[in-house]
Amino acid sequence: MSPEQASTLPRAPVSLRVNGADHPISLERDRSLLNVLREELGLTGTKYGCGEGECGACKVLVDGVAVRSCITPVGEAIGRSITTIEGLAHGDRLHPVQQAFIDVGAFQCGFCTPGMILAAVSLLARNSRPTEGEIRAAMDGNICRCGGYLRIVEAIQKVAQSPSLADGGTP
Amino acid sequence: MSRLPSAHPFDLLPPAERNYFERFGNGLVVVLPAQRPGPSEWGRGGPPHGGAWIHLGGDGKARAFTGKVEVGQGTRTALSLLVAEELHLPLSSVELTMGDTDVCPWDMGTFGSRSMPDAAQHLRLTGAATRVFLLEIAAAQLEASPGDIELLDGQARVKGAAGSRSIGYGELVKDLQRIELVPPSTEPTPPSQWTRAGHPAQDLGSREVVTGTRQYTSDLHPPGLLYGKVLFPPAHGSKLLGVDLSRARALPGVTAVQEEDFVGVAAPDPATAQAAMKALRAEWQTTAQPSEKEIVDYLRRHPTEGEDSWDVLHYETGNVADAFAASPVSLQATYTTAYIAHVPLETHAVLASWNGDRLTVALGSQTPFRARHAIAEALGLPESSVRVMVPPTGAGFGGKHADELAVGAARLARASGHPVRIVYSREEEFTQAYFRPMSVVDIRSAADKDGRLTAWEFHNVNGGSAAARLPYRVAHQKIDNQPTDSPLPQGPYRALAATANNFARESHLDELAARVHADPVEYRLRHLADDRLAAVLRAVVQRAQWVPRTSPVGPTGRPDGKGQGIAVGLEKGGRVATFAEVHVGPDRRLEILRMVTGIECGAIVHPSNLQNQVAGGAVMALGGALFEAIHFENGRILNPKLSEYPVPRFHDVPPIDVVLLDRPDLPSQGAGETPLIAVAPALANAIYDATGRRLRSLPLVPDGTVP
Ligand code: FES
Ligand code: FES
Repeated sequence: MSPEQASTLPRAPVSLRVNGADHPISLERDRSLLNVLREELGLTGTKYGCGEGECGACKVLVDGVAVRSCITPVGEAIGRSITTIEGLAHGDRLHPVQQAFIDVGAFQCGFCTPGMILAAVSLLARNSRPTEGEIRAAMDGNICRCGGYLRIVEAIQKVAQSPSLADGGTP
Repeated sequence: MSRLPSAHPFDLLPPAERNYFERFGNGLVVVLPAQRPGPSEWGRGGPPHGGAWIHLGGDGKARAFTGKVEVGQGTRTALSLLVAEELHLPLSSVELTMGDTDVCPWDMGTFGSRSMPDAAQHLRLTGAATRVFLLEIAAAQLEASPGDIELLDGQARVKGAAGSRSIGYGELVKDLQRIELVPPSTEPTPPSQWTRAGHPAQDLGSREVVTGTRQYTSDLHPPGLLYGKVLFPPAHGSKLLGVDLSRARALPGVTAVQEEDFVGVAAPDPATAQAAMKALRAEWQTTAQPSEKEIVDYLRRHPTEGEDSWDVLHYETGNVADAFAASPVSLQATYTTAYIAHVPLETHAVLASWNGDRLTVALGSQTPFRARHAIAEALGLPESSVRVMVPPTGAGFGGKHADELAVGAARLARASGHPVRIVYSREEEFTQAYFRPMSVVDIRSAADKDGRLTAWEFHNVNGGSAAARLPYRVAHQKIDNQPTDSPLPQGPYRALAATANNFARESHLDELAARVHADPVEYRLRHLADDRLAAVLRAVVQRAQWVPRTSPVGPTGRPDGKGQGIAVGLEKGGRVATFAEVHVGPDRRLEILRMVTGIECGAIVHPSNLQNQVAGGAVMALGGALFEAIHFENGRILNPKLSEYPVPRFHDVPPIDVVLLDRPDLPSQGAGETPLIAVAPALANAIYDATGRRLRSLPLVPDGTVP
């Protein structure tokens, strides 16, 4: 599948709620959410890594839960609240998971990082004190080819152990 | 993209004719010309390249320039730290431009772990010389002698005079338009005196990474962008007979191009680009290609002279034949490693835009100057009309050289009159990128009655020569490699041949140690000819709490199914030792319990990044050691997807204890490759200890179980 795959069905007007704002866009309903975010809305923090749901680089939050946008038809996201990596910080204040990735140095090329951070946010929203095993299991759908797994676990543990998570706020 | 005053690449002009001040404002410029490569461990050297320059401007910032690129290996921060160090500036006052062919020194490319030994050294020298000129300038303005001036965080003042006047660097140089060369006598600050380099530092651009605002090549989206796609052959070894572009051209907004071997389309949206590809009518001639099952034989039967003649090694010392005849113990075995893929998470990407008769290409590439040359040659342009820039790149691992892709995008942009971006799909990345070569390594060794190694014969077919030389003392040696006519495209890869050669050598040494009833650690220490490597080995076995092997491993291994393995390696000036402990249960499933890996690569510049490179390198090496392999049949890649070509994930990674040995007294060496090379043999040796089974082929456990 190509990074810019799309169907040729007729366009219908829809509105997509992304990072707290409504985006009226005219598009094909079965086009992937990834494609729409990147090519229509210019939200390029969401990455293409495989297009088949294997790498997690394209993860975004839909109603607070991490989904793989490359295999999510955009039609399924209509009427729901989408958060991309660009919408995670509150103004200048980074989300605690973002801050922890910086503090720990949990990336090299950084290409997997947006998907990793959103997967971690989704995990912590449902389990604020995950064990190391739970972190590894929950994150296993995200690939870091630079091999930064151990520090990513460390960054997530750091957030899980800090009392500030509650007020850092999941979206 | 090019808003600069006038555009003539600096590297094509003598220093005095470059418009530094027009581009960057008044200031002091210090230039280190291209350097002739020193005696090199990886080749015969080449033309002078590299060098560096620094522009210290009226804003007090140091703009430093190097031809090396950052593709995710963390050199940007490390190199910036060294400039900050020499100039006594905060890191935030250093702006490092890397691999922009308009303003950076010409460079062969970012491979072979040369960023630290070359670029770092060049930037240190240039920084040190800039500091000396700055001291003179400050001395004149403060009416003191240069020896009485101290530079601190961007300010110059007279030493010791409390409350004395201080002047900012910017103030000192704001009226200058001065270009100097680095004097030959320049001495950079010794690592033992570093206060910024070698200390913890945060990576530059971290905030952009975690907020998703860092723009990679695949993210660039200028107005009028067209989406490009390339027509690729259905299998390796196919030839294009003809193509009909008319149906594609009939689609709205589509440009279709056939120039020489290149066929591609560009369209205003991804769906139309896809439709245009489908509308191409191409006719291919295919020829039968060897398949995976006969590959070892095929490579042995197809030797070539080797285009890359720099990578042909013929080393001989002593008299191997006589030594074998005289030795009571001898051992012979063959070790293989599979073709594997780089799988950078960001696939190959390029954006080409014309501005009048000048072309700007943003390219995820490790060789921007080579790309500039290729584009100019293919399109019949002077090199000065082409600018290649390297935006942040989602990793390279040796796989991103990308010249042809850049040429294709430039052709489409020229034909359409629009900027054209091409981003490989994951499947294209698997089928169109080149691979790490397969290696077939034959080793024959001999030992005397005390177990001492007497003779060593080592022959690598197809894989290359890196790290083939022995770090051990052996009187009689014959070491060589044979290039072949590989049926799959192959090329650079992080620690390419070193991984294969080190796997073969360190596995074989273990076999020999077992044969003569020696402990694997003691046996290595007994023979090691390199004190630095011995020091790394000692540090690792100490940290790992190695249990000396007092009795031979039985035919079924250890009763508890646990085994420990060790391996060492010396590559690109760095030394590595890796320890692994594994468990193999009754179901034969392999579990890695823990690893310890130690590295010494001279003076450490950026400790946190080095830690990332070492641990990350070990993780990447786990993939090739355990399960990564490209499967192919008759020119076709059979597993061109992440769902069919697994790479290491969270659940594959054991605890990895990283031991960094700092040697401030030694020059810094690269560490992007060396940490990979001892992983596979450490695992194979541990599996042997656990099970009594010797595995001689990578990947070791394709389905997760020990055969
Ligand atoms: S791009 Fe969606 S999972 Fe890889
Ligand atoms: S940091 Fe490069 S893929 Fe994770």
